[in-house]
Amino acid sequence: MSNMRSLSFDAIIIGGGGAGLRAALELAKSGKKTAVLSKVFPTRSHTVSAQGGITCAIASSDPQDDWRWHMYDTVKGGDYIADQDAAEYMCSEGPKAVFELEHMGLPFSRFDNGRIYQRPFGGQSKNFGEGGQAARTCAAADRTGHALLHTLYQNNLKNNTTFLNEWYAVDLVKNANGDVVGCIAMDIETGEVVHVKSKATVLATGGAGRIYASTTNALINTGDGIGMALRAGFPMQDMEMWQFHPTGIYGAGTLVTEGCRGEGGYLVNKDGERFMERYAPNAKDLAGRDVVARSMVMEILEGRGCGEHGDHVFLKLDHLGDDVLGKRLPGIVELSKTFAHVDPAQEPIPVVPTCHYMMGGIPTNVHGQAIMMDADGNDQIVNGLFACGEAACVSVHGANRLGGNSLLDLVVFGRAAGMFIEGALNEGIEYLDASESDIESAMKRMTRWNESEGGETVPELKRALQSIMQNSFGVFREEENMQKGVGQLAELRERIANAYLPDKTNAFNTARVEALELDNLMEVAEATAIAALERKESRGAHSRYDYPDRDDVNWLKHSLYFPTEKKVGKRDVNFAPKTVDTFEPKVRTY
Amino acid sequence: MSTLQVSIYRYNPETDSAPYMQEFQVDTQGRDIMVLDVLHLMKEQDNGLAFRRSCREGVCGSDGMNMNGKNGLACITPLSDVVKNGKLVLRPLPGLPVIRDLVVDMGLFYKQYERIQPYLQNDTPAPAIERLQSPEDRDKLDGLYECILCACCSTSCPSFWWNPEKFVGPAGLLQSYRFLADSRDTATDERLAELEDPFSVFRCRGIMNCVAVCPKGLNPTRAIGKIREMLLANAT
Amino acid sequence: MVTNITNFGRSGLSDWLIQRFSAVVLALYTLFIVAYLLFNPGLDYATWSGLFAQTWMRIFSLLAFVSLAAHAWVGLWTVTTDYLKPTGIRIGVQTVIILAIFVFLVWGIQILWGA
Repeated sequence: MSNMRSLSFDAIIIGGGGAGLRAALELAKSGKKTAVLSKVFPTRSHTVSAQGGITCAIASSDPQDDWRWHMYDTVKGGDYIADQDAAEYMCSEGPKAVFELEHMGLPFSRFDNGRIYQRPFGGQSKNFGEGGQAARTCAAADRTGHALLHTLYQNNLKNNTTFLNEWYAVDLVKNANGDVVGCIAMDIETGEVVHVKSKATVLATGGAGRIYASTTNALINTGDGIGMALRAGFPMQDMEMWQFHPTGIYGAGTLVTEGCRGEGGYLVNKDGERFMERYAPNAKDLAGRDVVARSMVMEILEGRGCGEHGDHVFLKLDHLGDDVLGKRLPGIVELSKTFAHVDPAQEPIPVVPTCHYMMGGIPTNVHGQAIMMDADGNDQIVNGLFACGEAACVSVHGANRLGGNSLLDLVVFGRAAGMFIEGALNEGIEYLDASESDIESAMKRMTRWNESEGGETVPELKRALQSIMQNSFGVFREEENMQKGVGQLAELRERIANAYLPDKTNAFNTARVEALELDNLMEVAEATAIAALERKESRGAHSRYDYPDRDDVNWLKHSLYFPTEKKVGKRDVNFAPKTVDTFEPKVRTY
Repeated sequence: MSTLQVSIYRYNPETDSAPYMQEFQVDTQGRDIMVLDVLHLMKEQDNGLAFRRSCREGVCGSDGMNMNGKNGLACITPLSDVVKNGKLVLRPLPGLPVIRDLVVDMGLFYKQYERIQPYLQNDTPAPAIERLQSPEDRDKLDGLYECILCACCSTSCPSFWWNPEKFVGPAGLLQSYRFLADSRDTATDERLAELEDPFSVFRCRGIMNCVAVCPKGLNPTRAIGKIREMLLANAT
Repeated sequence: MVTNITNFGRSGLSDWLIQRFSAVVLALYTLFIVAYLLFNPGLDYATWSGLFAQTWMRIFSLLAFVSLAAHAWVGLWTVTTDYLKPTGIRIGVQTVIILAIFVFLVWGIQILWGA
């Protein structure tokens, strides 16, 4: 391996989405030698698909709005396993981060008084759930993610951030002490494999929705950071918590923003009944996403689904009028015409709950430092490793994320990680260099694929994985089916370990990238499956037929999946915010 | 009639001395799927086929390509929109160097984007909250900020083909006007000064291929016209 | 800003204005000549030369010739920069164009004002 080229940075940020770009911006401004390494050109990252907005108490639609109310909603939305210190940090720092985005040029929609437009989203309330529906989601029409991602990329250009675009991070490099000191990465265009040395390695690799057959996620959402961290032996938190978005377009899986319901749209069953009134009498269609998704599945299972097979419901928007559709939801009109062949001004959109977001991920503190557990069960910082965005589990989303909180998570914690790393670099970081054998072990799976000589190919194995996850770990789960799924995954892991990469050329070999991604999907799927089997209760997005109730006695905890032993442990949820009283767990109704 | 005949541009610099067109028979089961779905089916036949893709819903701009002679995004182009006589011809975006198969080197395109300083510039101190902007001023950004940098427009523009180093191209100019039109941007004069030469803006001949192909329905020609008006107003 | 340019003004805006202004002049001139020919079906040499003997017509024609020269230069310069990539050939062709335009312009003026 000694002929491998190496690059050195103060900080390397893996992933060019919202979180990665926000962290990079902070570091670029500080003058640290930073690079963003992204497998796609940054504006192709999945943040670009976020539609509805970024939820934040900037007190625009309601001058009395308070970040504490937002925090309450977030904690309640997360079914009380969101860490309250983290939710406090996100909600209180949020306005600063959003105003910064506006100053950077993000083209937010506006109210008549010139302030940022805010729309109602699910799970939002005023006065700690007592004051009715809030409108707290700051929006740029229904293209907020696109506007945000482009703004961040543009400001990184302005600040001369170094980009390694279309580079693929293969695995983390750990030194003899277990510190993360960089990664192995491949320049996709040339196929050159490079050792990237870094004092801080930030995983901002986003989600992994592609473990499911039906997902709103981009094709690139393959959990690369999660896979890398798991292979390096680090634990994952709350991996059983997958959000199914109520409104994915039936058949295509593309997202229809919750903002549609925020603007006044609602769901109907085959009888034309607005069924959410039965399941959530107060919030109706704007209950938490887990609640709405479950209600939809109930309607379908009880025979009130729409269409020939009764397997979806309708999202009705035609009553909103051309003005709202054209001004506030233009992207949705476009998407429904393309993917559902429906003009929402005339007809309802067929929708079905679709895998959307990974609440779990790499456990971190509010500074983005990755956390593992020592032998006595105490938190221990992983030197050199950071995570932010969807790949991280801070945890602000707990068991169910509120709409609009993901974009806020990206910018608040991307920024926080950047600021912390800057400080740490100023104080000086020295880790032991990686040895030849450390580098070689990070090269192992790359070498495996490159030397493969026959066996099953990637597309069929990926399909098998997605179908296992879809069938055994969907909206509703139960023991026997999950046991079966875990067994199938173990088998699949063997098959993947012997799979074949036919194309071994170097120039822009997308087949090799997809093979490497498959390993990561496998890691994420297995962590999800084993954690889901272990959590014997229903909480947030994790609903079990066999354990229909929340079990605060045993499970008011994070799950922690340890990859080496493939065992699940528990980690305490933080109930100690610094400036507000703890929100005690209550029965969660909307 | 469920098989589609696809002819696709192939080139792998390591194994091919020259590019060639390869024929595929793709079983679409008679469905009106997207061109991107067809590419995925082809990739199952030939693992080595290279193309970019990400969001598969027309917002990331990865899969711009030339389909039966017209640029567009494969993920939001249904076969019924593009197939003629049961045949589909797929080529990389024209005018940019090919790296492999449908993957082109977008370097020149991005360089022109960076050249117009695609970021808000405002030399007044930022307020504690957001900068206010009236809905009317914000409306001026509609049809501009939605660009996804897919390069369909610039690579269909003859002026960009002939002068890719000097003519900014429709995508870059649309973004340039996005900042010129932003009531919060104060660098108007500097921006205009950068565009006044005979190439950057004025090489636009109003051919309007950009408008015809933009998958987001944007109108770079109109934006270029507005920049010309601003240059004129500024000079007289 | 693109600064490696071989046209005279180095300003796209002035080139653009020249093209528009000269095009208007040429359009008017063409319209006038066409209309004149239509309204004078049995046109003979005396009438034709009488027209060009008048000062306003000479000025109008001169304006049209200068416009044509400018229009041709800006247009052909653009075409050469589009299609002729080797610098030597491009400069050579541009030199020929300049010379030709110059000769035609002088010749036109001579016809108009001479004799």
